Amino acid sequence: MGLLLRKLFRRRIVLLAALVLLTVVLIAMAAQWVTPYDPNDTAVLERLNAPSASHYLGTDELGRDLFSRIAFGGRYSLAIAALTAFGAILGGTLLGLVAGFFRRLDAPLMRIVDAMMSLPDILLAIALVAILGPSLLNVVLALVLVYTPRVARVVRASTLVVRELLFVEAARALGIATWRILWRHILPNLLSPILVQASFIFAYAILAEAALSFLGVGVPPEIPTWGTMVAGGQQYAHQSLGVVLYPGLAIILTALSLQVLGDGVRDLLDPRLKKSM
Amino acid sequence: MPDAMTTPRLQVRHLSTTFHTDEGAVHSVAEVSFDILPGRTTALVGESGSGKSVTSLTLMRLLPRTARTTVAGSALFVDRSGQTVDLLSLPERQMRAVRGNQIAMIFQEPMTSLNPVFTIGEQIAESVRLHKGASHAEALARARQMLDLVEIPAAGQRLHEYPHQLSGGMRQRVMIALAMACDPTLLIADEPTTALDVTIQAQILELMRKLQREMGTSILFITHNLGVVAHHADEVAVMYAGRIVEAAPVRELFAAPRHPYTQGLLACLPGKQPPHRGTGPRRLYAIRGQVSSPLAPPPGCAFAPRCDRTIPRCDLAMPELLADGAGRQTRCVLTEATQEAA
Amino acid sequence: MLRYLASRLAGMLLVLAIVAVLVFVLTRAASGDPISVLLGDQATAADIARVQVQYGLDRPLPVQFLYWLKELAQGNLGDSIFLQRPVLQALAERAEPTTLLSLLAVAIATVIGVPCGIVGAVFRGRVIDQVFTSLAMLGASIPSFWLGLVLMQLFAVSLGWFPVSGYGDPGATLAERLHYLVLPATVLGLLNSALIIRFTRASMLDVLGEDYVRTARAKGLGEWPVVLKHALRNALVPIVTVIGLTVALMIGGAVVTETVFGLPGVGSLVVNAVLRRDYPVIQGALLVIAAIYVVINFLVDLLYMAVDPRVKY
Repeated sequence: MGLLLRKLFRRRIVLLAALVLLTVVLIAMAAQWVTPYDPNDTAVLERLNAPSASHYLGTDELGRDLFSRIAFGGRYSLAIAALTAFGAILGGTLLGLVAGFFRRLDAPLMRIVDAMMSLPDILLAIALVAILGPSLLNVVLALVLVYTPRVARVVRASTLVVRELLFVEAARALGIATWRILWRHILPNLLSPILVQASFIFAYAILAEAALSFLGVGVPPEIPTWGTMVAGGQQYAHQSLGVVLYPGLAIILTALSLQVLGDGVRDLLDPRLKKSM
Repeated sequence: MPDAMTTPRLQVRHLSTTFHTDEGAVHSVAEVSFDILPGRTTALVGESGSGKSVTSLTLMRLLPRTARTTVAGSALFVDRSGQTVDLLSLPERQMRAVRGNQIAMIFQEPMTSLNPVFTIGEQIAESVRLHKGASHAEALARARQMLDLVEIPAAGQRLHEYPHQLSGGMRQRVMIALAMACDPTLLIADEPTTALDVTIQAQILELMRKLQREMGTSILFITHNLGVVAHHADEVAVMYAGRIVEAAPVRELFAAPRHPYTQGLLACLPGKQPPHRGTGPRRLYAIRGQVSSPLAPPPGCAFAPRCDRTIPRCDLAMPELLADGAGRQTRCVLTEATQEAA
Repeated sequence: MLRYLASRLAGMLLVLAIVAVLVFVLTRAASGDPISVLLGDQATAADIARVQVQYGLDRPLPVQFLYWLKELAQGNLGDSIFLQRPVLQALAERAEPTTLLSLLAVAIATVIGVPCGIVGAVFRGRVIDQVFTSLAMLGASIPSFWLGLVLMQLFAVSLGWFPVSGYGDPGATLAERLHYLVLPATVLGLLNSALIIRFTRASMLDVLGEDYVRTARAKGLGEWPVVLKHALRNALVPIVTVIGLTVALMIGGAVVTETVFGLPGVGSLVVNAVLRRDYPVIQGALLVIAAIYVVINFLVDLLYMAVDPRVKY
């Protein structure tokens, strides 16, 4: 394990990304101890202040401390994205395994996957949230449905490859039950592409939730995610760009570190790809 | 008195190519020296990893651009105008004028060596336009000429066809046509027939010999196939682990090989097996062992771990390549010993 | 070849059929009743019932679906509940801004992406390559609404070079329209160039390692003729794919950008329709968008055949 980590972090930038991500997560999780203000404390006299010693990132349109809001908001944004990644991986792996392994189910399942992917992510997410109703859990559910097909495709492709390998044929010849073959022989070989996908979906989910919340079709505006913060502050951008700038930077930092990390994991676990990267 | 026919067209001296990899320095080619005479064929023989392909790529300055390499030595080439240049220290722009024009190269894989999206005629014509300044029509006419020269039937039609419409043997003929289009004085052929059927191999080799006779081209022929060498080379240099271990005119090499590696290679040929004595199944001879890893070379002679005639001196230091009389060179302490004794 | 086209067509129709079912189910299952929203708080139960009949919302779901399909077959996407006009007309009216925005954005993305990808491949591992690769990654991490707001603040509000929002007056010329589109197209173009850079670079690297590139160098060609003439032609297939993909991605990207910049396009139409539960519009728009996406993919496949003489169906 230690050797793996050392190889992963051989490129300095991957190490940096991991540290940045860790910092963001820690700040979000320890928000109540790290931030000087309550995120919901309004102070009408101090609206839209620039960054200062008392407010590291300034204040928003209601005088609330931006740093505190971003830290607390991080909890929601990160939680939603993490749950999405988890759900999409779960659903997509199941779907992909079944489609890749059982030839007869492959075509119909993939047609459905194609259909789901024939709509732009955002639109599908908007439509789903519209049906389910605006709530935190529903946003997660909607995003899970949006990203499951993507994972399913990747898992299916890998399953197709692994299925043809000799040891699977040997297992079948020995009469081992199908589900066992899937669980013990095929799945472990899929871990690397799955891990890579998880990292990227986490990043996409952060961006998607932000976009949904910005449009007003995501989480209810009372919940402080990074997206709702930008939505709330956009009309005051000309007075203080910070309301829009800083939550956005949080999004960018998180999404970027996740993608760099995902790339690093991919390089580590699939050295063949190094040639064309 | 120096004679145009005996001055070497290419004189390689102490050529070394080292790759710097993450795991250490790999000396793919070390202290390689040989001559190629006008109108003659020199064969570079060796198994995979012996450094023969790297030698040719180094001479053409076509080493992969992403590799970190160190090249040493000199390669003196006499060009068409009689001037002598060192290929290894030419500025890139001048080297480009040499490539495809004065020195041409053909490779092992005819199936993938031609660009799939351009016609055959266009690919040959491009070379002619580039080096001879010909017009589009002139270059295409020359291309047609070359296709006829390499005996491709229906040349006029082939001009406008794409590589995927031709068989492997045909494609290699096209590669030869392409290489010879600008009348190079030296052709480097890196395993040109290895990927072809046996019958086609013979045709291609005959074709190359014919072109050599007609156009006076020197050929550097790289191969691992001794059978081919016997019929189509004039001089032979045997490479092992990046060094030349024996060099001789072809007849002398086959008649009396001096280096244990060369002897081993010849003994592997099916026609050369000793008469079967005793009971038991008849086995083909094979040199025992494998080539050592380039990252962990033996202390002395590179072939020592696989040689049946080693003496303690073999492991002390790399033997020198010494002249052996009658245009021969050998890198073995045993021949030194016989020389000293004689 | 004809057989291939026919089978592709069948596949496309199948996918669209599934999309139609999904879209219908999705919109009908949505919570919230458009009629109440339409008529407001003062509506009585009788009013609601009457309007429901008017829009056919009182029939059982499967019947509604079949009815909708029948209308579809006749090219009728239904009428918008809120806009008081046929969905098709609403879409047509708003197609222009979205189309122009998408095309402009794709052009920007390609003009930035392809050269950067090529340079990255040729100078692989060097500083310029690392810079481009990092920028590409950055581009994939920036939310479009954020970039839109920031650029809007900088170039429209502060510097005044471009209009802040909107699409111009009804009688505006094409040039004026484009002026309104520069900022939103730049946002979309910049962000989507990231994907094009990555694909172009990867494809070029693959091709640059091929034997025929070595042959071209052995002929004595200079490095740039080798890259641009011999390598690029062969690298085009994945590059064209990703450009086609980008066109499709624009449709989704337009949704957010149109909202930020107040463009009266299809994207903002859908968002508003969702907020108001305007079922016919949601259904119709989603179906049309899916159809466009599928058709674009098909056209990209056809392009392969033109670019690569080896590809035969």
